[in-house]
Amino acid sequence: MIVELGHFTLILAFVFSVTQAAFGFTGAAAQRIDWINAAKIAALVQFLFTTLAFAALTYAYVTSDFSVRNVFENSHTLKPLIYKISGVWGNHEGSMLLWVLVLALFGAAVARFGGNLPSTLRARVLGVQALIGIAFLTFILATSNPFERIVPAPADGQGLNPLLQDPGLALHPPILYVGYVGFSVAFSFAIAALIEGNIDASWARWVRPWTLLAWSFLTGGIALGSWWAYYELGWGGWWYWDPVENASLMPWLVGTALLHSSIVVEKRNSLKSWTILLSILTFALSLIGTFLVRSGVLTSVHTFATDPDRGVFILAILCLAIGGGLALYAWRAPHLKGGRLFQPISREGGVLLNNLLLTTAAATVFLGTVYPLVLEVFNGSKISVGPPYFNATFVPLMAPLVAAVAVGPLLGWKRGDIAGALSRLKATALTAIIVFIFVAWTAGQNSVWAALGIFLAVWLAGGVLTELARKIGLSRKSPMESWRRLMRIPRSSWGMSLAHFGLAVFIIGATGLSFWKEEKIVLMQVSETAEIKDYRVTFNGVRDQKGPNYIARQAVFTIQHKDKEKFSMTAEKRRYPVSQQETTEAGIKSGWLEDLYIVIGTNDEKNGQTVRIYLMPLVGWVWMGVLIMVFGGLLSLTDRRFRIGVPERQKIAGPSPAE
Amino acid sequence: MLLTESATAVEPSELLENPHLEARARSLSVDIRCLVCQNQSIDDSDADLAKDLRKLVRKKLKEGASDEDIRDYLVSRYGEFVLLRPRIKSDTYILWFGPFIILLAGIIGIFIFFQRRSKSNSTQPSLILTEDEEKRISELTNNRG
Amino acid sequence: MRQLLFLLPLSTFILLAAYFGLGLTKDPGLIPSALIDKPAPTFDLPSLMPGEKGINEHDFKGKISIVNVFASWCVPCLAEHPIWMQIHNNTSIPIYGIVWKDKRETAMRWLEKHGNPYTRIGYDPLNVFGIEWGVYGAPETYIVDKTGRIRFKHVGPIFPKLWQSQIFPLVEKIRAEKQ
Repeated sequence: MIVELGHFTLILAFVFSVTQAAFGFTGAAAQRIDWINAAKIAALVQFLFTTLAFAALTYAYVTSDFSVRNVFENSHTLKPLIYKISGVWGNHEGSMLLWVLVLALFGAAVARFGGNLPSTLRARVLGVQALIGIAFLTFILATSNPFERIVPAPADGQGLNPLLQDPGLALHPPILYVGYVGFSVAFSFAIAALIEGNIDASWARWVRPWTLLAWSFLTGGIALGSWWAYYELGWGGWWYWDPVENASLMPWLVGTALLHSSIVVEKRNSLKSWTILLSILTFALSLIGTFLVRSGVLTSVHTFATDPDRGVFILAILCLAIGGGLALYAWRAPHLKGGRLFQPISREGGVLLNNLLLTTAAATVFLGTVYPLVLEVFNGSKISVGPPYFNATFVPLMAPLVAAVAVGPLLGWKRGDIAGALSRLKATALTAIIVFIFVAWTAGQNSVWAALGIFLAVWLAGGVLTELARKIGLSRKSPMESWRRLMRIPRSSWGMSLAHFGLAVFIIGATGLSFWKEEKIVLMQVSETAEIKDYRVTFNGVRDQKGPNYIARQAVFTIQHKDKEKFSMTAEKRRYPVSQQETTEAGIKSGWLEDLYIVIGTNDEKNGQTVRIYLMPLVGWVWMGVLIMVFGGLLSLTDRRFRIGVPERQKIAGPSPAE
Repeated sequence: MLLTESATAVEPSELLENPHLEARARSLSVDIRCLVCQNQSIDDSDADLAKDLRKLVRKKLKEGASDEDIRDYLVSRYGEFVLLRPRIKSDTYILWFGPFIILLAGIIGIFIFFQRRSKSNSTQPSLILTEDEEKRISELTNNRG
Repeated sequence: MRQLLFLLPLSTFILLAAYFGLGLTKDPGLIPSALIDKPAPTFDLPSLMPGEKGINEHDFKGKISIVNVFASWCVPCLAEHPIWMQIHNNTSIPIYGIVWKDKRETAMRWLEKHGNPYTRIGYDPLNVFGIEWGVYGAPETYIVDKTGRIRFKHVGPIFPKLWQSQIFPLVEKIRAEKQ
């Protein structure tokens, strides 16, 4: 009954989407405030019904109602409750429902909190959101209905992929989707603005909080997936350039460009047409990502069960949304009024450089991801484009960008003093060079490349600190005055500094992991000891452990690190009888400087136990760096100015706001 | 190589004694695709076929084959698909040179952007005031007024 | 001119969408063989059956041959097996079987149970033949012509429609070719 209600509320959500679109667009065109209000209410009601539909599906999972095909295919009575719930979105149909839920959430948020927007703009934004909702709700109802029943109801389910029974991966889709789908708001704003035919600085001010929110969550969502891969897959890798990973990285890259570009629109009323294009492209990449993952055109470690029919449908949505958006852009954007001038060397110029490198990087990732497909269609030959390609092309593009991030914030708007900025960075440059020499000298293998990575990170971190110091007049004013200024720095400014600093921390972690990983692969007998760097690992034997729905072979180790206290670690191979799959649970001891990472192989114990011991240097810095970036983004969001919404006139006293 | 994830499924019994050769085996393996997996290299994968190919690479290395020889050997049997680093040939010029071309196009585009701007506005660059300068002027004129 | 520039994103997208659409008709997991029209790689396999003659590449000279890679653990191999029995009974085309990554006893029992359509069977437990021929799964089927060149490869089970529409016509075509 609940399930049928769920299906029904989903249909109602569809109906209200249509209502929302109809009233939104006609209300804005006819300037009728009652119709515009109707659109706003429709958005809220649509969200309500979508939530109810989602709740109904969750109910079916929690009660293990196997008469629902989706529950049967993806759940099992033996699964712990929390994973029954996360199983709702651990499959194609359920995750599509989550997709439209997040879409409806954002629509409702614009309806509820967009009071400071001009009503016609808000109406059109809601209209576009509704159109996207209509497209995907139709897709779900027509091809991917999670509420389908099977008769007779089986006694138990087919279980879930054990890899998905994991807290990290349970959280990964919701957080990722708030980012991924959240960029729909920027898209809607862009389309609405193109329809209106006018974009000014206030448009950027309204778009920015939504973009920041989506960006922060996308950053966190990607990192969560990466972290999961690190500790769960048993290889210690964290980024594979897999098509699905690339599908989330591309909107992130262009979304970052969008974030910076919209600042220029807001502050300088410039780069408008380009920013509109970025708004369209970011969400376009989200949509293309959705297509790549669910249509079966690409193989990947985690594509969903694929179906060409669904692929055709999503492709149709792509053509309508992206084709329509870009066509509108081609038609209306040339008529947008140009903005204020700026010199190539200026903060705007810095943003332009940032945009150039980020979009080129996104284009490169895109090229590598779809090239095998395009080539095969073109002449039938089949090639692979794997991590070696991406490493060779992506990293050289990012390096100059990172270097520029240190300098950009030090330049003024309109006309920047590059000589002045660089002279302020003298101390930073010196520190970075010293660090470079030190690392290149002591690091041993791959030391020059690694040193370059660390150099860039130190340069960037120093640049952030230098900019902060300048803002508070550290060397020019009294400490009291500097302190006062520090306290008065707006949150969005702190957000920028934190995000850039977080990037530096991330780069240190990535560099360490890429160049200094150590490993030891041994066949160990009980009581035998293996040594790696300054760790002594003693194998104490295996024992069997039983979990809620698995049986584990657990190996126990005692570790001696330098002269510290001994500690023990376990590593497992788990067998899930229902799905007949095996997972590896690595033993990980995390530290500030490195992780000790132990994995056991599957083999008979007659010859001994295969043990792989890894040292993962600076891996914690990767997660820490990203966390700082996310925090910076969210902090910016809480800045007062976003809640007011009206562009403020710049006050004269104090330093110019740096972001 | 930059950012190589040298994660591994290599068994201890597979390792070669000569560390030089073993290092070559590892760096070759990272570039060879496991054909029955989704997007993994034979270095990363636990699959049977991956193991067979790892052993083959090491056997050929011991026989004195060069890296390119081994790649050619595999490509002649499995096609270009087996290489995770696509070889540079007429098929893949766009792939390998594309990023550079896109970057160049972007730089040219920005260049044209600035050209057009300065053409349509005859204001001398040095006369464009920065925000700070504008502020100082308004401060000064306010104080006067 | 400026107008055209604004059309660039749209036109790029249309091109891309066309490729995506066509891409939907392809199977990303299928790898075409690199050995088509090349001479069959050198190999020398012992027979699965003790005491019988093994197979090597010289056996292909002078006649059209079918080479079928299979294993007892392979479910689609069982699915296609009846077709091989039919071809064996109704045509004179020799079918060479290759037992791939399997145990000798299990494979022999499998053949006893389901029938043996093979002229001779090679035993390849160490995947030596497999790697030489670019095998990456079972079943796989090759057609080798009179000069010992590989002309066709199919990955996955053979089914009647495939035999009628592709394989048999190819066999006829090769038969008609002059040396």
